[in-house]
Amino acid sequence: MNIPADLKYTKDHEWVKVEGDVVTVGITDFAQGELGDIVYVEVETLDETLEAEEVFGTVEAVKTVSDLFLPVSGEIIEFNEALEDAPELVNSDPYGEGWMIKVKCSDLSQLEGLMTADDYKALIGA
Amino acid sequence: MKNTALTATHEALGAKMVPFAGFNMPVQYEGVNIEHETVRKAVGVFDVSHMGEFLIEGPHALELIQKVSSNDASKLAIGKAQYSCMPNDDGGIVDDLIIYQLKEETYLLVVNASNIEKDWNWISSKNDVGAEMRNLSDNYSLLAIQGPKAVEAMQSLTSHDLSEIKFYNFVVGDFAGVENIIISATGYTGSGGFEIYCKNDEVQQVWDKVFEAGADYGIKPIGLAARDTLRLEMGYCLYGNDINDTTSPLEAGLGWITKFTKDFTNSEALKQQKEEGVQRKLVAFELDERGIPRQGYDIVDTEGNVIGQVTSGTMSPSLGKGIGLGYVPTALAGVDNKIHIQIRKNAIPATVVKLPFYKG
Repeated sequence: MNIPADLKYTKDHEWVKVEGDVVTVGITDFAQGELGDIVYVEVETLDETLEAEEVFGTVEAVKTVSDLFLPVSGEIIEFNEALEDAPELVNSDPYGEGWMIKVKCSDLSQLEGLMTADDYKALIGA
Repeated sequence: MKNTALTATHEALGAKMVPFAGFNMPVQYEGVNIEHETVRKAVGVFDVSHMGEFLIEGPHALELIQKVSSNDASKLAIGKAQYSCMPNDDGGIVDDLIIYQLKEETYLLVVNASNIEKDWNWISSKNDVGAEMRNLSDNYSLLAIQGPKAVEAMQSLTSHDLSEIKFYNFVVGDFAGVENIIISATGYTGSGGFEIYCKNDEVQQVWDKVFEAGADYGIKPIGLAARDTLRLEMGYCLYGNDINDTTSPLEAGLGWITKFTKDFTNSEALKQQKEEGVQRKLVAFELDERGIPRQGYDIVDTEGNVIGQVTSGTMSPSLGKGIGLGYVPTALAGVDNKIHIQIRKNAIPATVVKLPFYKG
């Protein structure tokens, strides 16, 4: 199970990479494995400003559909358009080419509430 | 929760196991898309030992089967199988099943795992004719060996000429070093192949030999997730999704197995329904735009009125688009008719199509 030490995590199995006040968000290796073959990533909240925990999109696997929750409050400034044609990137490279959105974080203190790689490892029993 | 005789084998292969109809079953091994493609292009093996098997025997066996089933079992002969369903008294369906005629007065009924107890009780309640009934569900295993290369890949395992077994026919004979195996040219995938019935203590040997024989043909184990996408691409009904205690066989498009050449449970009412026409029909649809229909999503008309619900839906691995089944009013059920599927906030346009979705 790949759980990079330099990322932050949520209980909803998302990862967060912090660069200044912009955070990149995707789903974890564990999450993609549980979902199975991902066939569609739908994000219709581009340019919207949402609160932490709000649904910013959905990820559809062959068997299931799962909501995507915003880890921190802010504006969704970018969607990974490569996923439009190649949603399987989420399976093959969840922390790299399979990233989902970039968020301009409106409250950086929320980052402190996220989990470390060790916390997340404990959560999933890895 | 029950295991099949092969549960440890699936776990050793790294299968993801899920509870299904009270059984601990493999939902996928490598990934649903690759497993789906394996069955469409080569050959794959499903452990579907959770299915139920009833033996109905004796001079009154056929009489009982004719009472409970909608298809005409008098058309069977030894070595032939028949898809059928059991209507209930209220216009719905108790279960769908396959009936095999094994001997002159011996029939095997293969039913859905989720309905074993319900079906047994139902058939028993209709057995006032004195047929002998035995529930073999806990003693028998079932492997579905499916795909265009199944015949060639499995031929070395039996003295019977597999290419001679026609669709919905079967032989009882030697297979993988075991005698008295039912080799049936049936399946739930639309890609051809066999279903193999054997005893629980034989199935590990059969499984091992099947994989040995199939190695050169790219054989793989296939989980329930791909079983669902494969059957849905063919438009085969799944009990609990597309048909249930409240759906009539005529609404479900099962008129072809509802034969009024004989009397059966609720046949008078169904005959009347056929004459008057059904109010709603199970239709197949493809999404015109991107999206994936799921069971329970609303089907809406062009004005946004809810006209029905999706009963099965998925992203078709072969077609690369969203496909599904659902009930709509008969007036809107015609092929090429435009409907919409409500996916979260959006009503996605869809077109009613002819089955199968996948044409090979």
